[in-house]
Amino acid sequence: MIRFENLHKSYITGSNKLHVLKGIDLHIKEGELVSIMGSSGSGKSTLLNITGILDNYDEGRYYLDNMLIGNMSEKKAAMLRNKYIGFVFQSFNLISFKNALENVALPLYYQKVNRKKRNLIAMEYLDKMGLKEWAHHMPNELSGGQKQRVAIARSLITNPKIILADEPTGALDTTTSYEVMEIFKEINQTGITVIIVTHEDDIAHKTKKIIRLRDGIIESINGEPINSEVFETSLVQ
Amino acid sequence: MFDIDKWQEIFNTIKKNKLRTFLTGFSVAWGIFMLIILLGSGNGLQNGVEYQFRDDATNSIWLYPGTTSKSYKGLQANRRIRFTNEDFDNMPHKIAGIEEMTARFYIPGKVDVSYKNDYGAFSVRCVHPAHQIIENTHIITGRYINEKDLKEFRKVAVIGKNVKEGLYKEENPIGKYIRINNIEFKVVGVFTDTGGEEEMRNIYLPISTAQKIFNGQNRVNQIMLIPKTENVEETKAMAKKIKSYMAKQHRFDVTDDNAIYVQNNLERYENVMMMFLGIDIFIWVIGIGTIIAGIVGVSNIMMIVVKERTKEIGIRKALGASPSSIMGLVILESVAITSFAGYIGMVLGVGLMELISSFAGSSDFFRNPQASIGIAIAATVLLVVSGIIAGVFPARRAAKIRPIVALRDE
Repeated sequence: MIRFENLHKSYITGSNKLHVLKGIDLHIKEGELVSIMGSSGSGKSTLLNITGILDNYDEGRYYLDNMLIGNMSEKKAAMLRNKYIGFVFQSFNLISFKNALENVALPLYYQKVNRKKRNLIAMEYLDKMGLKEWAHHMPNELSGGQKQRVAIARSLITNPKIILADEPTGALDTTTSYEVMEIFKEINQTGITVIIVTHEDDIAHKTKKIIRLRDGIIESINGEPINSEVFETSLVQ
Repeated sequence: MFDIDKWQEIFNTIKKNKLRTFLTGFSVAWGIFMLIILLGSGNGLQNGVEYQFRDDATNSIWLYPGTTSKSYKGLQANRRIRFTNEDFDNMPHKIAGIEEMTARFYIPGKVDVSYKNDYGAFSVRCVHPAHQIIENTHIITGRYINEKDLKEFRKVAVIGKNVKEGLYKEENPIGKYIRINNIEFKVVGVFTDTGGEEEMRNIYLPISTAQKIFNGQNRVNQIMLIPKTENVEETKAMAKKIKSYMAKQHRFDVTDDNAIYVQNNLERYENVMMMFLGIDIFIWVIGIGTIIAGIVGVSNIMMIVVKERTKEIGIRKALGASPSSIMGLVILESVAITSFAGYIGMVLGVGLMELISSFAGSSDFFRNPQASIGIAIAATVLLVVSGIIAGVFPARRAAKIRPIVALRDE
């Protein structure tokens, strides 16, 4: 589903050049439940942004569903995001002046689904999250867990192939965090690839594959160290 | 455009920032209001002046005798020039392109006008038949002075509506005699004139009769003519020709500006119209300037709105909003504010103009001060266009917002 080949990314801030990703080789198959871990500055957020087509990369290749994602227009990127990817954020990122139902329905608005139909579908997804009664509440009337469930419903409404979650439990207490992780597991069981960026070990251990980043390279997958240099030299031999 | 969601969102942001939106809208409303008031007043002034010109044929040339200010061929300065019947009779043979022509002769000294025991202060003009066309005189009953009156020296008179009302009251004046300096003239017609009340206090007599009766000999006080052409340059050339002809006849220096006065009414009319064009342009420049100030205000506010909504726009983009849909959102909001506010300004402006015209009525120099449909349409187009202009820069900024920057958690 997702394949990175020797991915590099640098940020230029003033005269400084910050090399964030230093050659990422990674393959995530369809239907996997993966977590990406790493300390801040390890490049995990950048990797997630590139995966979500929110950012471009400098070198290497990125295939999404066997499609090469290179430099493309904003319009095309927006279209691909809408079609393939559902986002879940740490701070929920719900639109404050829209109620839960309207927030969930928003991605369908950009698919030009008519109002009646998209509200119907949105209600269905809210019901799945157990939030039917809260459909007409504004985000500030909901608890953190409820907000995150609204956000998950929103990420699912377009039937995406991938869910990208950036610290989805970062703003939640432990109980709620585990509930949210249960939801991600259920989503994964329907065949959707789920990628979760986190720095909490207990959250990461609820996924099937843990990818650890360190200083812009993959340090280990499921605890097995990966040394790209050793890997390359062994290939040569 | 007629997407409920978009409008709902615009309405939502406007509702959240009532004061800010009001202040912005106010500057646009004020701009349009001023434009309508200025244009309406300009129109009123122009209507008034055009009404003034309606009195006379606009392309006429009037000649008045004066006093020479330069000596010429041994003749001294300060010599009075007198027009005569010969000038009038010869001019059509010497000057080409005259359509209509009349002379005016005024009875010297005080003029008494009476009917039976009623007296009135009216003025008398002794003229040729073509005077009717040149002065735009409209006969209500009877007829105007004709060639036969002149040839047979008939003692007939055509009186203005106010003369009739003053002397004859309810009586029919046609066929009755009116006494002018104790000489009786038969009234053959009554007229009205668009030139106003004063014009209708006139009495017209055949010039030939009057010259004979009132000891005028062959004197003429004024010559008026209408050229065939309505082209300003051609009438100017004609006026020049007339002057040099008269200079030869009366032996004065052509460059002497005081010997005779040649008044080219078409030139005057064109000059006044040019002045109004200037006023019009001036008004539009000021009005548009005011509106531009409003646009800058709206644009500024939209900039702030975009900045405040950076995060929301980032979310929308992450969810699949294309840059053009974000631009549309911002521009539509800007158009909504400018159009609505501008419309209010326009309604207030038109309302005030209507109020003024119904209270002040129409004086001679200020008539129907209203903004026309054309102006209203132009203002509407201006509003929508200015809304778009005000929205473009903020919208482009919004479209450039990068979701990862917008979504970064502080």
